[in-house]
Amino acid sequence: MSESEKRPERLSRKERERREFMRTSAMVAGVTGFSLLTLIPTVNNAAPRLRPPGALDEKEYLASCIKCGQCVQVCPVEAIELADIFDGQGQGAAYIDARDQACDFSCDGLQCVLACPTGALTHEINYSHETRMGIARLELPDECLAMKKEGFRGVTRGLEYSGKLRFDEIDRWEPQPLNEQHFDLPLCDLCVRLCPIEIRANQCDAGKPPSGDQNQCPPNRAIMLSVEKKADGGLQYRPTVLEGCVGCGVCEMVCPTTAPSIVIDERKVWEDVA
Amino acid sequence: MRIGKYCVNIMMGKSPTKTPPEKISTEAQELHERKKKNGEVDKVKAREEHQIYRETHNKKWRKRRWTTLILVNLLFVVSYALDIQVLEGALTASRFLGFHMADLNSALQVMLAFKTVVINLLIGTVTILILWLLLGGRTFCSWVCPYHLLSEFAEMIHIKLVEKKIIKNHLFNRKARLYLYIIFLALALGTGYTIFEAISPTGILSRALIYGPTVALLWVLFLLTVEIFYSRRAWCRYACPIGLTYGFVGIFSPLKINYNVDACHHEGDCRKVCLVPHVLEWTIKGRAPDINVGIGPDCTRCGMCVDVCPTDSLSYHFKGLSKKK
Repeated sequence: MSESEKRPERLSRKERERREFMRTSAMVAGVTGFSLLTLIPTVNNAAPRLRPPGALDEKEYLASCIKCGQCVQVCPVEAIELADIFDGQGQGAAYIDARDQACDFSCDGLQCVLACPTGALTHEINYSHETRMGIARLELPDECLAMKKEGFRGVTRGLEYSGKLRFDEIDRWEPQPLNEQHFDLPLCDLCVRLCPIEIRANQCDAGKPPSGDQNQCPPNRAIMLSVEKKADGGLQYRPTVLEGCVGCGVCEMVCPTTAPSIVIDERKVWEDVA
Repeated sequence: MRIGKYCVNIMMGKSPTKTPPEKISTEAQELHERKKKNGEVDKVKAREEHQIYRETHNKKWRKRRWTTLILVNLLFVVSYALDIQVLEGALTASRFLGFHMADLNSALQVMLAFKTVVINLLIGTVTILILWLLLGGRTFCSWVCPYHLLSEFAEMIHIKLVEKKIIKNHLFNRKARLYLYIIFLALALGTGYTIFEAISPTGILSRALIYGPTVALLWVLFLLTVEIFYSRRAWCRYACPIGLTYGFVGIFSPLKINYNVDACHHEGDCRKVCLVPHVLEWTIKGRAPDINVGIGPDCTRCGMCVDVCPTDSLSYHFKGLSKKK
């Protein structure tokens, strides 16, 4: 090794300062640039999400959510998840994958709303039927068992499925694994039968509102099987979404067809579809 | 108060300067003079003392700090994992036994982006403000932030690599943090999104610990890689706005590291271990403006200097509670 190689190169003060300036500018630009990249998926709405009950309008929701996951922690059916970096500004914000695990309001009191420290889930709603997460829509009428006049027998979604729902008649407080529920239905009406709003409406009609609280009673029905006459004169049954639908996603979750025949259009409201 | 303003300027990125004689107290000046006179005689003895201390000291404060940091983050994890509901949420916002707490920087981002403050957020923010006001502001960084701990490990590797001359450390201008701070405030206000939250390694790590790993962790890994191979403690020193937010709180905190110049040998070991060595420039010979001085608000109160000082010249001091030497 020669003498000149051994000695560390000495830069002039001016040169050192120039390099530091360049380095610093690049770092500030890089950090700012990367942070702005996170706007791209958000502005393009690349990942439209079903948000938890009470979520403000998407832009306000993302602005106010402090990304702490307190809503995740209180949900008895673990319906709420936090998004990853691909959601851009939605990273760390709460969403619900309804097919995976829908919100069935088994907490009754909208625990996620109560847990939210910033009002991203608005405290203005108190009851499940006041929620507006979206609206259900029959997406695959040709696949729908009811439309095909078929019944359903067995465990919906298969034995591997880990989703839970509350079944009042089994346990008022402990949500039950769906794969433990055997159905034997001459005509498949799982989307109507398991709808949390319909369940509440039926309880109220029977004079037994949830927790004995009349305020829990939904003012409108959410879904029904309507009878239609086919062209050949026969009858068919169509899952029909009604004004009371809150978009909780239970119908999407429990639908036994391979791809769910009924899905939630997130953030839609009744006025959009009526 | 002059001294306070000087320290705040240092936190904002100004380079430390020699202390002008008129700002040094008479006692301190006398001491500086005396040290100058018999400096050479003491030097050999000081080196020996240092050597012995380096081999024997037990890093008491680091042990306490790592334990605290791990326990706080663990409390978040087990509160959710075991459903014991002691500390619910993540570092950005949480509830401790039901009481709201909100990270000051996250809360600031939300308030600017959302332009509305709900009462629970206000309660959480004030609670945390009071907490860190009492405990020293940037104390959050070194005693709670999970990124800080990973960054400390990265720093150890970085120092090894520099010692072996495999890599060189690259300095940035410390004003970068102030610029980024202003940029992120403006972006939150202007875009209506909490832009910084999406890249905050503190938030990403805290959520990953509690709710499971995410792809976002790659960003944290990238930052650590930069800190290992390119620039020592780069994120905490030059970029993180959370640090500056808590730094502002630290200005008014009664808890500071106190520097007593009397027994100091001015060997500079404290500055070598410090995350923010610019706050310790007063430990250079002839610079201390008084016999006792409080170290500025950019100090994270991590106690590394306290651990490494063989003469106890640096110590934790709570204004009004503990006595200065």
